[in-house]
Amino acid sequence: MNFDLVFFLLLLFVTYITGSFVERRHFAKLRKREQWSRKMIVTNFKTLPPEWEVASSGLVTGSVVISVDYFKRILAGLRALFGGRIHVYEPLLDRARREAMMRMKEEALSKGYNAVVNLRLETSRLASSRKNGKGTTGVEILAFGTGIKRARQD
Amino acid sequence: MILSNTETVMGKNIVEFYGVVTGSTVRAKHIGRDIMAGLKNIFGGELKGYTELLQDSREEAIDRMTKQAESVGANAVVNVRFSTSSIAQGAAEIFAYGTAVRVE
Repeated sequence: MNFDLVFFLLLLFVTYITGSFVERRHFAKLRKREQWSRKMIVTNFKTLPPEWEVASSGLVTGSVVISVDYFKRILAGLRALFGGRIHVYEPLLDRARREAMMRMKEEALSKGYNAVVNLRLETSRLASSRKNGKGTTGVEILAFGTGIKRARQD
Repeated sequence: MILSNTETVMGKNIVEFYGVVTGSTVRAKHIGRDIMAGLKNIFGGELKGYTELLQDSREEAIDRMTKQAESVGANAVVNVRFSTSSIAQGAAEIFAYGTAVRVE
């Protein structure tokens, strides 16, 4: 049997295991961290309810760069031949977005804000580090908004 | 200096406009980080080195924007926007812009 083929299949198998392990662990962590933050109001509205009294406000950001594992990249590459939904990428972007928002909320909390308005989410792809496009690439998700400290909670 | 990505500063009134202020920085990742990121790129996970790099660059861009706002006599920047563009292999530009205003 061809050694290259064995190596390829082994890599595919190993990265499938590591990739799904990383994903499961991250989702579990996210669920735990999202518990407390339910109390914090996050909205993409530009304006506040008129009854809110604002004591202070300021910009809050949160970002994360995620990478795609080898297995997912191969699978997505195959899918791109036939077209259709790339299932393996969906949870990846979902957890990246949730992570970025979590970090933004944590920054808001550390600055003493108890709500975030005008939330914006941006996605950008980082260029590969090598000329042939084979180097490392990543997807950056940035979440930012205006943190609000309410004068009194009612 | 108050920063906000809404068009007004909550709970305050804008008394004067000074126009658009910008700040940008171009950063490249260093090779040590890139090797680690290369491994992560095979096995999956967060590229922590890159996250930090972009976070630092964003702070730098915001800092430059704030300095510019200070120099024109503003005390707040409203409607702040960010943009990230990969301009070359392994380098990214982080750009922050907003409108400098005086609030009371």
